[in-house]
Amino acid sequence: MSMQAEPAGAPVPPEAEQTRQDTAALSVGARQERRLGWLLCAPAVVVMLAVTAYPIGYAVYLSLQRYDLRFPGQAKFVGLSNYGAVLTSPFWWDAFWVTLFITAVSVAIELVLGMCLALVMHRTIFTRGVVRTSVLIPYGIVTVVAAFSWQYAWTPDLGYLAGLLPAGDAPLTEQWPALWLIVLAEVWKTTPFMALLLLAGLALVPEETLRAAMVDGATPWQRFTRIMLPLMKPAILVALLFRTLDAFRIFDNIYILTAGAQGTGSVSILGYDNLFTSLNLGIGSAISVLIFICVGIIAFAFVKLFGAAAPGAEVKR
Amino acid sequence: MGRPRRTRWLRAFAVLPLLTSVLAACGSDEGSGRPTLNWYNFPDDSGALQKAADRCSQASGGRYRISYNKLPRAADGQRQQLVRRLAAEDDSLDILGLDVTWAAEFAEARWIREWTGTAKRRAVEGTLRVPLQTATWKGKLYAVPYNTNTQLLWYRKDLVPTPPRTWAEMLDMAGALARQGKPHFVEIQGAQYEGLTVWFNTLINSAGGSILNASATEPSLGAPASRAAGIMRELAKSPAADPSLSNQMEDQNRLAMESGAAAFELNYPFVYPSMKANNAKLFKNFRWAPYPRVDANLPARPTIGGIDLAVSAYSRHPDLAFEAALCLRNRENQLTAALEGGLPPTLRGLYDEPAFMKAYPFSREVLASLQAASVRPLTPAYQNISIAVSHTLSPPSGIKPVSSIETIRDQIDDALRSEGVIP
Repeated sequence: MSMQAEPAGAPVPPEAEQTRQDTAALSVGARQERRLGWLLCAPAVVVMLAVTAYPIGYAVYLSLQRYDLRFPGQAKFVGLSNYGAVLTSPFWWDAFWVTLFITAVSVAIELVLGMCLALVMHRTIFTRGVVRTSVLIPYGIVTVVAAFSWQYAWTPDLGYLAGLLPAGDAPLTEQWPALWLIVLAEVWKTTPFMALLLLAGLALVPEETLRAAMVDGATPWQRFTRIMLPLMKPAILVALLFRTLDAFRIFDNIYILTAGAQGTGSVSILGYDNLFTSLNLGIGSAISVLIFICVGIIAFAFVKLFGAAAPGAEVKR
Repeated sequence: MGRPRRTRWLRAFAVLPLLTSVLAACGSDEGSGRPTLNWYNFPDDSGALQKAADRCSQASGGRYRISYNKLPRAADGQRQQLVRRLAAEDDSLDILGLDVTWAAEFAEARWIREWTGTAKRRAVEGTLRVPLQTATWKGKLYAVPYNTNTQLLWYRKDLVPTPPRTWAEMLDMAGALARQGKPHFVEIQGAQYEGLTVWFNTLINSAGGSILNASATEPSLGAPASRAAGIMRELAKSPAADPSLSNQMEDQNRLAMESGAAAFELNYPFVYPSMKANNAKLFKNFRWAPYPRVDANLPARPTIGGIDLAVSAYSRHPDLAFEAALCLRNRENQLTAALEGGLPPTLRGLYDEPAFMKAYPFSREVLASLQAASVRPLTPAYQNISIAVSHTLSPPSGIKPVSSIETIRDQIDDALRSEGVIP
């Protein structure tokens, strides 16, 4: 979504188009252009600060307090002890490993399937529109609605998928079957998104390079691994980064499918339960901040690991 | 680019006053001058609650109208909706149907009003003592008991000529039936949920102990707790255990008994009309007895359930709300709820009412059970405590009587200091 927002928000006034070529030195015009850019950005920055920085700051503040709606008289500053409580709790670590499992497995499957779909969409000549549209349908369905239909489908006596299993099997009531079904629901839902990002990457691979390789006798697999993948690296990185960050914060599918029972809760479910069932804003905020830190680490690791191929890396120079 | 964006912004601003006026309309009184009192309670399908609301609106002589709003079906969902709205100081809630374990939490958070003066006197008058205890926090009354509930021992007379008086006797009988190849399961709530906490609470109280100390400042537990946990483990390890014990809730217990697989069942009175409707053959031998004791010399103290009615601190008509709540749980409306909705009443007098005794052949046992009953820990941190208990003691076959109780103690300590993380 933010992908689409970017071009619209990019502060490139029409008159700047002519000066784009001479970027060797910052001329007066360029400096003015940059100033204008900042000015045009300013409202967005202010709004972003109001809707993201403030809540994040408030969550950090709450996470340092004993702030429990049930004991309003005993609110006080407690330093990092909420973090200590969360990090020494087995529930946090259980949820953390479950989240990591769901993230790693679902993103890996999505990458492979997404690549296949992207290749199909890229190569299809006839009925290209129909293929692209039908591939995108799962992504267009609201997650909660899709999750409900999965839940009904796997409910014994009720669902058409549960009917395929031996009688009495209730896969959503057991930890591992339930985890795999959550992964399945995630993969079904977000593979199209992955495919779409990869399709954009495929469009970057020049047709003549592929033809040249073909003339030189490269097999289809060699062409895929030696030419397409390296050229697509930035697109793959963006796709992986987006999906990993999304998958790590998984909430709606789990909330509907199992509500976190039988050891299927993610860290987001843990945070929700501690905020809304336990009404403990201190502990709940500490969990939220920890999730935020995890997400930050994932993003940082991606950029470090993939180095120059990171999105935006080329733009710097 | 700039043009459409500006108009979009303008449109967004234009919507704002509209939005605020809608919100204001939600909060303001309707023109008629007769205030509407919003009663939020569990969803009742029998029509008994709606009937009570209509009767009381009528009886108020035009001073108020009660609107019955149904909360979600699951208790957690009910609590979440109430809590979310009360935390936001929503003034469109007047009378709240609280589960018996919530009064302390809502009172401590200052979301509900204390009952004083005449209203308090009328709330206490003729009301059973133990249900009143659930509505009391730090010596003050915060709600009025609406209905109550308690478990009895249900058994099959064709298999069990005289009902067991203690858990030890019951497990022996089940063992003997198993050896004879007859139905022998003891049906009880062993799934990881509130029902498991109820089971543990009943056993620990029956053993002469409690989960929290009297002032609810720290865990009590101790030897009675180990004894209670030991019984749970013993049942789970014995032939008396249903193979699906660790997944069973009240309804699965009912179904197992109706299918003829079990000899004993510990459950609420709703199983009686259900057995009558579903299995006429077994119904002939379907009997009830007091809940079995842990210690032959101490009375069994089954945990009570039920609903208490409280008045929201943000209600704009608190005086009318107190009055309406009292009306909703008066003798006539409680009788209707008992006969049509299957909810045992909290007024002592109704247990002598012929119509009630006819519909509840076991009314005497229910009353005796209620008078000896125990309540779940009264503390604002109850949710955490319940989760600590049900998670640690699940599955019952994995209980380690000493170390499981230590785990529960640590988690309760954390919860009371607001440091408990719940799964």
